[in-house]
This record gives sequence, C-alpha cells and structure tokens, in this order.
Amino acid sequence: MLAYASRRLALLTVTLLAASMLIFLVTSVLPGNVGRIMLGPFAAQDSVDTLNRQLGLDRPVLERYAVWLAAVVQGDWGRSLHFNAPVLPLVIERLGRSLLLAAVTLAILVPSAVAAGIHAARREGGVFDRTVSLLGLSVRALPEFVTGVVLIVVFGIQLGWLPVQALPPEGAGPVEVLRHLLMPALCLVLVLFAYVFRMTRAGVIEALAADWTRTARLKGLPPSVVVLRHVLRNALLPTIAVLGAQIGWLVGGLVVVETLFRYPGIGTLIQFAATAKDLPLLVGCAVAVTAVFALGNLAADLLAASLDPRIRHGSPRG
Amino acid sequence: MAAPAVDLRVGRRARRMPPSLLAGAAMLLAWVAASLLAPWIAPHPPLASDFLALLQPPGPGHPFGTDQIGRDVLSRVLHGGRSVLAVAPAATALGLALGTTIGLAAAYFGGWTDEIAMRLLDAVMALPIVIVAMLALTFLGASTLNVILVIGIVFAPLVARTMRAAALVEVRKDYVRAAELRGEGIAYVMFREVLPNVAGPLAVEATLRLGYAVFTAATLGFLGLGAQPPAPDWGLMVAENQALLTTAPWTVLFPALAIAWVVVGIALVSDGLRVGQGP
Repeated sequence: MLAYASRRLALLTVTLLAASMLIFLVTSVLPGNVGRIMLGPFAAQDSVDTLNRQLGLDRPVLERYAVWLAAVVQGDWGRSLHFNAPVLPLVIERLGRSLLLAAVTLAILVPSAVAAGIHAARREGGVFDRTVSLLGLSVRALPEFVTGVVLIVVFGIQLGWLPVQALPPEGAGPVEVLRHLLMPALCLVLVLFAYVFRMTRAGVIEALAADWTRTARLKGLPPSVVVLRHVLRNALLPTIAVLGAQIGWLVGGLVVVETLFRYPGIGTLIQFAATAKDLPLLVGCAVAVTAVFALGNLAADLLAASLDPRIRHGSPRG
Repeated sequence: MAAPAVDLRVGRRARRMPPSLLAGAAMLLAWVAASLLAPWIAPHPPLASDFLALLQPPGPGHPFGTDQIGRDVLSRVLHGGRSVLAVAPAATALGLALGTTIGLAAAYFGGWTDEIAMRLLDAVMALPIVIVAMLALTFLGASTLNVILVIGIVFAPLVARTMRAAALVEVRKDYVRAAELRGEGIAYVMFREVLPNVAGPLAVEATLRLGYAVFTAATLGFLGLGAQPPAPDWGLMVAENQALLTTAPWTVLFPALAIAWVVVGIALVSDGLRVGQGP
C-alpha cells in the first residue's frame, strides 16, 4: 500500500506540474497584453508598460515560469490587484467555504446515487431503472443555474421552505447552515447524480452475474448480505474512480452555484477575478482548484486501492 | 444538431425508432424552427423597450411577461435560441473534428505518438473545463466566436479519448492492411476507411458533446463571458435578471426553461441513438 501510495504521489506531482505549466501558458502565450487587459482600454501606455515590467513580463517565458513556480511553491502567490492583498490567504478562506458546500453535496450525492444504482441493477430494465436512467440523463446536462432557478422558484418562493441565499447569518447553528446549503448542494447533486448512478448500476449488474456471487447465494446467504458484503465491494470500484474524475465538474459547478446563491466561496472569487481582470487572483484560484481536483483524484485512487488488493499489488501501470 | 440521427441506423434496427429518439427529435425540431422563424413569429423585436409595460407578469400581449426595461421576454427567448443554434453545433463540430483527428491518429500510429498524445490529453483534462474556458475567455475577450473556439478546443481531448478507444479495435483489422497495401495515403486510410467504421460511437459522442456545448455555452453566458448585453442570450438573461428572481420570476424562469428544453431534447436523442445501436 505504501509503495502504491508513493508511486501515486509521484504521479500527482507530475500532473500538477503539467497543469501549472498549462495555466501559465494560457496566461502568457494567449494573445492579449496582460497589462492592457488588467488596466483596461483607456489606461495610458506608460502605466501599462510599468505594470508589465512590475509583473516581469519583459523577460523570457521559461524564466518567468520558473520564477513563478518557485514563488507559488513557497507560498507567495502574488497580490490581488483589486483587494490589494496577498492572493493565498484570500484563496484559502474562500476555498474553505466551498469545501463545506462540496462536502454537503457529496454527503447527499453518494448515498442516494449508490442506493438508486443498486436498486436499479437488481431489477434491471424495470420501471425504476428506466425512469431514473432517463431522468438522470436529461438532468445531468442541465446547467446548475437552470436547476437552481427552478428550485429557487419552487422551494424558495412558492413554498417558502428554504432560504434563497446560501450564506447563513453570523452565528447560525449547524442546522441553519445546512438549510442554507441544501438548495445549492441539490443543484450540484442533480448534475453529478447520473454518473454515479450509472457506474454503480453497471458495476452491480456485472458483479451480480459473476460466479462468486452465485457461490455466495448458493451458500445460502440472504440477498442483502450478498449485496452488501460481496457485490458492493466490487461494484463500487468504478464508482469511486468516476467520483474522483467528477470533482472537476463539481468545481466548475461551484462557480455557477455560488454566483446564483451569492455564496462567497472560491467559485465567486474566480468569477470576480475573471470579470474584474484581476489576473494574479485568477491564476491563484486556478492553481488552487487544480490542486484540489488532483488531490480529490488521489483520494479516490487510494480509496479504490484500499478496497481492491489487485490495484495496490498490480503492475506499475495499475 | 440532431442530423446524425438520419443515416446512422444500421440494418434491421432501422425499422424500430426508440420513443425517446422521436420525442427528443420533436423537441429539437420545435426549437430549431422557433429559432429560425424568430424574426417573423416573435411578437416584438428582442431589443425593443416598452416603458409603459415594465415588469409585466405573463398575460395577454406578453405571454412570458416583460423585463425591467419593458422588453418582451417571449421575443427575447425566441431570439436567444438563435445564438445557441449557432454556437453549440459549431463548437461541437470543431471539437469533433479536432478530437477525431487526434484520436484516430493516436490509434493508427500507436507507440510514441499515442503515448505523447494521451499524456498531453491527461494534462488538459486535469483542469476543470469551465475554469479553463474562463481563463481563456478572460484573455481572448468575451465574444461569440471566442466561445465557439474555446468550447471546441476544450472538448477535443474528451472526443479524442472516445475516438481513440473506438478506433483501436478497427486499426488492427484486415481492411486497414488491405488499404495500406493498395498504397492509400495515411489520411485516406484514417478518414475514408477507419472513420466510417467508428461512425456509431462518433454519433453518440456528437450528441453527448452537443448537450455539453449547450451546457457550457449557457454557463459561460451566465457568467458574463459569452454574449454581451443587450444580446438576447439565455444564460445572460438569467444572470441579468437574477436580482428579480423573487419579485419577477418570469424574467428568469423562461430563459432557464428554454435551456432545459434544448438540453433535455438532446439527451433524449442521445439516449435513443444509444438504445438503437444496442450495447
């Protein structure tokens, strides 16, 4: 397990390096003068040049990347122009709130989607299976702000059950915080539900047809024990991999949901940085988000490895 | 667009059209027709303000109500369909063209070409799509053309993966050897021999990508990185009127439902195509 974890960690470093290079390339190779983008079309050429020099943009790309990467690793993420404050603490504060929202999302998503997947697989092709499959397929490509608007109109305005803003008032208790986060989390759940449901369903169908499941049944184990002890452990492996990969969508969804529900997380920060052309802030957010995404994938892989001895003892290619 | 549905049904399966395919195609046809005919069937011009009818709830004269500067929401929704109709298929086509080329080349050449292409795609896919699109649009500037380019490019790796997986089986087959022995060029073998044999997965991928192109374009519009005001863009309309959600929900609800209509239509077609193709 340790060997597997360290190999996986090395891979993570490579991925992060490649991603950081990509982010840097996007910000330095794409057409558009950085100083001009940040200061707007009416700024004097002098100030644009000065800003470009301050940002070190007159030096070669590779050198700039090395300097930038060294600073990022040491925790110097530059200064946000708009907030006139260091980027890193800003990003961390916002990231914390977003992770809370993401945690609530996963806490709703995983149990419901896995349970629905198992149920659908046990009656494959049945009414439940067909209905949930088609519903999930239709809903997963709905932008979060579309489901969000519908949820707000129904539950926030017509029924008045849930608050339409995600940020609870100061000093709210945990129940109140959950009530505020429920609708934004539901928007994210709806987009991700179909993936998790389908992977669980496919995994359970495959596992149910396997010989060892028949053996377990013929031993006289009750169906619930067969599913929980034998089928699920095998069926959940692809589901976990998919969850890891979906964290990217989750992050993209956060930008939208946080904007719609006015929640001061990393998503609204990215959105703000993009519209205000605050490039150091935008790059910092992108780096943070990529790191979280990569860590999420790592966690998913390690979880899968702890469930499946074949992965941790397998060939280096896994 | 839903066009691939027409000629992809193979052999005996052609007779049975799954109901989801029909329902989805009908929804998409309605949208395409409404968008194309918008200038003639919309009751008002999309940008015309009627200052005597601000924030009118849905009723006679304004079936979907009016927004805060008195523009007819129905007319704006109808015209908004046109921008989706332009952006989503164009972005999808670009993503499919790039992705199919990369995927087929990776499968056909194998070895180092394959390895390098796949690792590069891994790196691109390590970044969340919406974030990449936001980064790129911040630099390129928000415009419809840039939205098409950016969505097409970020979709390419995803398409390339699928097409590579589908083509890997095909490139080992004898007909490919035969074409090579006939002395056909690389491009001919890739696009005239291999491509028709992976048309099924390509069609499913196309509808899937089309759905996500609508998703991504609407999201970018909502975030203010696509069409700019006063354009009647669905995502932008939701964002502009968001503050009115509690007092005048129709200004937000109808553009949102229009997006849902198109997305669900595409999902149904995609499901129908897959069912029709068998496992």
